[in-house]
Amino acid sequence: MDTLLQQLINGLTLGAVYALVALGYTMVYGIIGLINFAHGEVVMIGTMVAFTVIVALAGSGLPPLLVLSIGLAVAVVVCMALGWSLERVAYRPLRGAPRLTPLITAIGMSMVLQNVAMIIWGRNYITFPPMITKHIYSVGGATFTNVQVAIVSLAALVMMALIYLVHRTRIGMAMRATAQNPHVASLMGVDINRVIAMAFVIGSALGAVAGCMVGSYYEIAHYQMGFMLGLKAFTAAVLGGIGNLAGAMAGGLLLGVIEALGAGYIGQLTGDFLGSHYQDIFAFIVLIIVLMFRPSGLFGEREGDRA
Amino acid sequence: MNGSRKKSLPWQRHWLGVLLVGAVLLAVPFVAALGGQAWVRIANFAILYVFLALGLNIVVGYAGLLDLGYVAFYAVGAYVYALLASPHFGVHLPFWVILPLGAAIACLFGMLLGAPTLKLRGDYLAIVTLGFGEIIRIFLNNLNAPINVTNGAQGITLIDPIEIGDFSFAATSTILGVEISGPQKYYFLLVALAILVIIVNVRLQDSRIGRAWQAIREDEVAAKACGINTRNIKLLAFAMGASFGGVAGGVFSAMQGFVSPESFSLMESITILAMVVLGGMGHIPGVILGAVLLTALPEVLRYGIEPLQDAVFGRMIIDPESLRMLIFGLALVLVMRFRPAGLWPSPQRRRELAESSD
Amino acid sequence: MGEQILLEAHAVAKHFGGVKALHDVSLTIRRGEIYGLIGPNGAGKTTFFNCLTGLYKNESGHFTFAGARLAADAPHKAAEAGIARTFQNIRLFGNMTAIENVMVGRHMRTHANVIGAITRNRATMAEEGAITRRAEELLHYVGISERAHDYAKNLSYGDQRRLEIARALATEPKLLALDEPAAGMNGTETEALRVLVEGICRDGVTVLLIEHDVKLVMGLCGRVAVLDYGEKICEDVPAVVQKDPRVIEAYLGGSVA
Repeated sequence: MDTLLQQLINGLTLGAVYALVALGYTMVYGIIGLINFAHGEVVMIGTMVAFTVIVALAGSGLPPLLVLSIGLAVAVVVCMALGWSLERVAYRPLRGAPRLTPLITAIGMSMVLQNVAMIIWGRNYITFPPMITKHIYSVGGATFTNVQVAIVSLAALVMMALIYLVHRTRIGMAMRATAQNPHVASLMGVDINRVIAMAFVIGSALGAVAGCMVGSYYEIAHYQMGFMLGLKAFTAAVLGGIGNLAGAMAGGLLLGVIEALGAGYIGQLTGDFLGSHYQDIFAFIVLIIVLMFRPSGLFGEREGDRA
Repeated sequence: MNGSRKKSLPWQRHWLGVLLVGAVLLAVPFVAALGGQAWVRIANFAILYVFLALGLNIVVGYAGLLDLGYVAFYAVGAYVYALLASPHFGVHLPFWVILPLGAAIACLFGMLLGAPTLKLRGDYLAIVTLGFGEIIRIFLNNLNAPINVTNGAQGITLIDPIEIGDFSFAATSTILGVEISGPQKYYFLLVALAILVIIVNVRLQDSRIGRAWQAIREDEVAAKACGINTRNIKLLAFAMGASFGGVAGGVFSAMQGFVSPESFSLMESITILAMVVLGGMGHIPGVILGAVLLTALPEVLRYGIEPLQDAVFGRMIIDPESLRMLIFGLALVLVMRFRPAGLWPSPQRRRELAESSD
Repeated sequence: MGEQILLEAHAVAKHFGGVKALHDVSLTIRRGEIYGLIGPNGAGKTTFFNCLTGLYKNESGHFTFAGARLAADAPHKAAEAGIARTFQNIRLFGNMTAIENVMVGRHMRTHANVIGAITRNRATMAEEGAITRRAEELLHYVGISERAHDYAKNLSYGDQRRLEIARALATEPKLLALDEPAAGMNGTETEALRVLVEGICRDGVTVLLIEHDVKLVMGLCGRVAVLDYGEKICEDVPAVVQKDPRVIEAYLGGSVA
């Protein structure tokens, strides 16, 4: 019983991170139909930048919370710039190219970013400096930390801000219009290029926040960490119905919970035949099963073949 | 501007060119051997990748199905061979049993994955196949306990080479007065396999099945209305691609004598896909070019970067391995930027692109 | 002795969300006739087509075609049963040549498999020859032989319509369903289309024609059904339909001819 609650709490934390990263995928996909494979690397860069800033300021005597905030802010700004440049330099020249062309570019950019990170930060694991004294709370036999509380509440806050942005502001309306029909939107005076750039910039900012969360949760970072994280987050976006913001959030949370429960119970389920190192397969198995029955994801619109 | 297809086969039109290519293919392993057997092995890998890329070309280039987990089938073929021809289980079946068996099992996996998922839209299929690839890799990594099936991350060693009677592909032997090393033997085997897959690709393209694939790629709804059972035809492409992956895996196992999950990462799938797209999707010479270039580039970089840095800076400034991958990634980005249809696209596809961009 | 019945729709209904696109539509098409289906925009004509050809799954009702009940779940099964169609917004395989488009239409009636294609055995090559010949004949039949090796997307609008018809005929249909074939055509093109459709019917293929061009329908069709808001409001010979008050009402009270 206590395991169940514990796994739910852990899953929720991880799911909040997945959700933020998934939003970056889904926004870009919803608007230009591109799987931005490099997004996971943007998240990784976010973690690395935050780490660098925090280490640099650790001895400065500033209050820890301020140091963390500065680290987060710098990471967000760097990732926004990175997202903007990615779109401008790599993807924009490829509009109208065959479908697979930008996908290969994205894969190429992902390799570039990963190896640039390796050159800068090295190939070893980096430990996050412990800036905040961890408090452990316990409820009904399960425990959670103040870091987890911070992660989940920050994620909720950021997501609410995003929803406000998309539904209540001019740029948000332009984004929704472009997602519906870019051609008509441009006829209505929407600057498509700006909207697409914004999707990348906002997605990257969310990614940076997620990166900082992962870094402070696991307290380590690695230049290859973006890969699996990105993959899982993309899976979450597809699970929820790619292109759908609420779907990405729900998909992320769901995936986090499923993974945590799966890892916690797989031994029991299979009579100890499979152990917890199979955690990573849950994401994909759930994905395959969901798509078999709901080909457009859990919250995706069903689109029939239009004649 | 007339778009009629050439019906005669290449070697009927360009017999001289074919002769020349034949001579070059014959010479490669001996020229490469001058620089050491390592270079022969690189040539072997280039041809193995040609084989793999052309197998994937049927799936991606012809049927238009975005498969990001192709390496799973390669892995299945490799492990079938490794498990049935090594001391791991003490089973030593001959290659002519396990190569086809590996292909058949890979094909079965392809059908199992494809049957429920091929109705999915392109990008969803991409992520499902990607996930499938990861699942296979995770199982290979962890199926060493409680029953040791795959030997986990250590992989399986001492895999039997391909043997025909007393003639082993692993050992050096003298044929007609010419000394031929193990890698050189595999080279000729691989060339034969590559020629086979080229013939399959060429002949399928201009067939009833090939036209159905192209029709599906162009407009799936219209293809259905023409009476094409799109699910079966797509499944056929998927299963064929998987079988070729299985054969390639078997040969890989035999040639290396060793397999481990590390060889079957997502990066491998992506590299093979990049070969197809970078070369020119659906265009056989383009795909071959893509495969050879992407195999050669990292090797050239491997042998070029260290001396170059040494010469310029006098020491190692940047880790050569990551610089290598960095340049590889950059090359992908640049080629796609300046040749979006690939380095050597089919004339038809080039025109498509010219017309679709405003 | 009445004419034989080819297609019967039995109370076919289809809705999208809350919107009723088709409301219990029943109609009967006889062998060898040209049957017209008209109605104002959004009346459900194309929806009816899509249900008939298996693109949509109707919620209730069913079709009987050539004496057998039509499995309403897969377009390729409808094609196999002998229903070929064209699309309102022309759906050709743009980057394939005209003749290749028609050859795709032969797919279902031919058998060459992968092994045959790879070995190029005699049966396969003979079949391939037959496919090519039949495709050439059909291109000639619809009058675009000289464009056989052009890419479909480079054909003129009228020729694309013709190519789509040739491709549909290649499937050896009993019923050819044309979705607004005259849309966007000028007078000369429409007249040529009329001649073509009449010829197809004379050669033994029953035709179901959805059309906006009321004049064309009235001149061409033996019988006409009118849909309005997803309901069949009238079904009769053109002369009667034209005078039916409900039809005139449906067309905004204007005169139909």
